[in-house]
Amino acid sequence: MDVVVCVKQIPDPADPGELDAETRTLRRDVKLILDESDSYGVEMALQLVDSAGEGEVRLVSMVPNSEMSGLRTALAMGAASAVLVSDEALAGSDALSTAKVLAAAIRRSEPDLILAATESSDGYTGTVPVQVAELLGLPSVTFGREVTVADGVATVKRQTEAGYDVVECPLPAVVSVTAGVVEPRYPSFKGIMAAKNKPVDELDLAGLGIDPTTVGWSGARQEIVDVVDAAARESGEVVVDEGDAHERILAFMDELKVL
Amino acid sequence: MGFSKIWVHGESTEVGAATITLELLAKARELADVVEVVMAGDADAVAAELGDHGASTVHTIGALNGGLVGPRLASAIAAATGAGEGPNVLLCGTTYDGRDVAGRLSVKLDVPVITNVVDLVVDGDRLIGQEPVFGGTKDVFTGFIGDGPAIFLVRPKSFPAEPSGGPAATVAGLEVGDLGGTGGAMVGERFAEESTGPRLDEANIVVSGGRGLGDAEKYEMIETLARLVKGAPGASRAVVDAGWVPYAYQVGQTGKVVKPTVYLACGISGATQHLVGMKGSANIIAINKDAEAPIFGIADLGIVGDVHKVLPKLIEALEARA
Repeated sequence: MDVVVCVKQIPDPADPGELDAETRTLRRDVKLILDESDSYGVEMALQLVDSAGEGEVRLVSMVPNSEMSGLRTALAMGAASAVLVSDEALAGSDALSTAKVLAAAIRRSEPDLILAATESSDGYTGTVPVQVAELLGLPSVTFGREVTVADGVATVKRQTEAGYDVVECPLPAVVSVTAGVVEPRYPSFKGIMAAKNKPVDELDLAGLGIDPTTVGWSGARQEIVDVVDAAARESGEVVVDEGDAHERILAFMDELKVL
Repeated sequence: MGFSKIWVHGESTEVGAATITLELLAKARELADVVEVVMAGDADAVAAELGDHGASTVHTIGALNGGLVGPRLASAIAAATGAGEGPNVLLCGTTYDGRDVAGRLSVKLDVPVITNVVDLVVDGDRLIGQEPVFGGTKDVFTGFIGDGPAIFLVRPKSFPAEPSGGPAATVAGLEVGDLGGTGGAMVGERFAEESTGPRLDEANIVVSGGRGLGDAEKYEMIETLARLVKGAPGASRAVVDAGWVPYAYQVGQTGKVVKPTVYLACGISGATQHLVGMKGSANIIAINKDAEAPIFGIADLGIVGDVHKVLPKLIEALEARA
């Protein structure tokens, strides 16, 4: 069974940087790392291929520059290869344009299953996996907590407001997984060394057959009209616990009459 | 483009219309002359309630028979749009199904989606969505360029749900188009997870735990405390990522937005990711051993202390009162 995992390389969330003054979008000309949200999909894909006993995990990603250190992290975890769509014209792409590029890259690979995180940690639109599915004409199950595959059918425990649904989905299909569902492995030293030599197929938009004017800034059909500082929230009293902090908390809540 | 006709994606629970749907209706009727709901399932059961909140018509695709909402409702809305009977604006909640509907429809109509919206403002003949970024320290305002219905994914708790006193909505059928290969996922069994208290996004008090709890077993203190104050337990992303609790518990940018009367953050440092999901709370109490933790910058009462010492005493005191 071949699994493609959609992964995103993002600015380190510990140092998310700033908005570009001109474009008013997140500056991405900084060092990019593998979005931690994606490590769950990579781990799940590795486990599924492992239990299937055959097949491989391939990665698909896009960036406006040729950054690939985040991809190397996922390759070091055990993915076999990656397709990186890299083109300056991709800068400013919205979620729909992103989905179009990823779908075109996935089409070349004809996997049995496509995995993605439910949402990226930086843009967090949460729409790309289902947009990819629609573009590929495939069924999808979003917010998966557990995924098993047998006889060409994925069985997914899908998060709901009340609990979860067990959803059966014929393959090929797109499944998005929530964080925390598996424990992503740390790349071993051997894995890190091996990742340096794994194939990364770097494509530009022309190579993928996508008209550059339909994506990025030139293809955008939404515009940021303003960015303002939000009203700051004032902080109140800060006290050091001397063994009676619980009384302070109770008094505070009693005052509000919520207990 | 205009926004004279707004459709709201309707969601319902066993007890009636979902709160998010009523919230969206409250805003929609403030903006548009024609406000209608589009949904799957039994519209007759909620027509009176939706009408009471301002919807004149409920379009339903009927029973799903185990199919997922996303591809079916998106195909029906796309067909209505193609026939010139669709809305100028579609409002979906940022929910498990809302994102499926908006994402599928966006591809069918080839229009983008404006996501994570917390407010809608009028700009000439179009609507602009307001989205918080960087932990809610900045607000970005985004509008659509060009034709096609404007699709917004709106976060829960963005608008207060208020009845308008309108008559029951008229129920109308809506046809699902050809799904091709997209409709193959089918729901088998549904499981409700044990939950005794109020829902996380509707609770008056939310007690959240973070990495400062140390290990998974300690999260039990959060659940005990939440039960004692008749609140709901929540969690930071770090705790969900570690697999201590499911994604449904997560408060934050990726996760739920909560605005309770009291938010009690235990062992949560206050990463921007978390703050955006709870800074709208009326009162915030934070316990953290690091006096420099960013959570203290927005807390009304900050306790610099060890959650392993403070929480057992708090639990004991509450149990003594009960």
